[in-house]
Amino acid sequence: MRAAPGSPATFSLDGQDVEFQAGETLIEAATRAGRYIPHLCWHPDFHPHGSCRLCTVKVNGRAGAACTMQAAAGQEVQSDTAELNAQRKTLLQMLFVEGNHFCPSCEKSGNCLLQATAYQMGMEGPHFEQFYPNRPVDASHPDLLLDFNRCILCELCVRASRDVDGKSVFAIGGHGIHTHLLVNSDSGRLGDADMALGDRAASICPVGVILPKRRGFAIPIGQRRFDQAPVSQQTQGDGDSP
Amino acid sequence: MTTPAPLPPLQAPRKLKLATVSLAGCFGCHMSFLDIDERLFELIEHIEFDRSPLTDIKQVGVCDIGLIEGGLCNAENVLVLREFRAHCKTLVAVGACAITGGLPAQRNHMDIGAILTDVYCTRQGLSASCRIPDDPELPLPLNQVHPIHEVVHVDYFLPGCPPSANAFWTFLNDLMAGRTPHLGHGLMHYD
Repeated sequence: MRAAPGSPATFSLDGQDVEFQAGETLIEAATRAGRYIPHLCWHPDFHPHGSCRLCTVKVNGRAGAACTMQAAAGQEVQSDTAELNAQRKTLLQMLFVEGNHFCPSCEKSGNCLLQATAYQMGMEGPHFEQFYPNRPVDASHPDLLLDFNRCILCELCVRASRDVDGKSVFAIGGHGIHTHLLVNSDSGRLGDADMALGDRAASICPVGVILPKRRGFAIPIGQRRFDQAPVSQQTQGDGDSP
Repeated sequence: MTTPAPLPPLQAPRKLKLATVSLAGCFGCHMSFLDIDERLFELIEHIEFDRSPLTDIKQVGVCDIGLIEGGLCNAENVLVLREFRAHCKTLVAVGACAITGGLPAQRNHMDIGAILTDVYCTRQGLSASCRIPDDPELPLPLNQVHPIHEVVHVDYFLPGCPPSANAFWTFLNDLMAGRTPHLGHGLMHYD
């Protein structure tokens, strides 16, 4: 189907038309139009990554990641369906049991995109068996703390450090379930890497891995980002710390 | 012809039986349950407590609903949980500990023997004769803390650390009315 000459190109998202510009992905166009498509590893400022799979939608009946699929005129896109949301809940349950997501003591609670998305998808319980990973905390940096047991491997810190800060402090290493976040310093410790509190990578983590020291629990409960409104009503899907 | 008025029921519906227990919990979920305040009087019109820290009943009887707070940290927890599963039609994992192991599961990356030695033997301020308690009366700790769904089937999860009083209230009212419990924004939280 082609758009009529002169009229803006649109695709249909859950039955409603969304305008897009040439070259935009589905999630870019949807987000600009104020529509929510669940996501964790996608960020409007960065190239798509495609690891979390939460933005999976059906385009003309076939599943695809909305962060990597280009918008085209006349596409019939389904996102907010019982089937896709159930898949998303399962993906979230997988992420939760893979790490140590003890929200009650996490400084990111209430400002965490993973947690807010799990609320949005109605995730009451973990369903799967816990992995209880045991990766030591890296507290070697004077201003920043790393808790690797909460990492969801979205690579936003890797992208931010490489593409914005020009430092490439972080990398992802290992294979399979042993895949993990690395610090690119000779010792492997953040204290020996060229990282500063003001770096983009220091504030990009959507979960509670990269945290500023001595600044936890600063926002009263009730005023944290996702206390105010569910993630679906905050369509500039940005995982940055407030 | 007019329709005759419906006959009043001969007796009130049977009260639902509710059992509660704290395993490796902090009793915070029970306190949050009690935070429903004067709504407890309304609740007691519809339910009857069976075994619970709030009653003196020692053995859990046949119940409609069992609320489990806390994860599994020792052998006795596992026995009690199995008894609750065998006696409760609907079993609910209440709070972060029952659901994920919770903060007590932060001990899972440490060796249980080393923890007991640290606490009972080598900690400062203990007398020289202190040793790890070994009376068979005491339940042995498990190597790791586990959420309850890894041992028995769980029908519902009520998340929170603790779940708020309003979450308890909404959840129990849904259950009593025969609806699938649904917590919306504000009632659903993990912290």
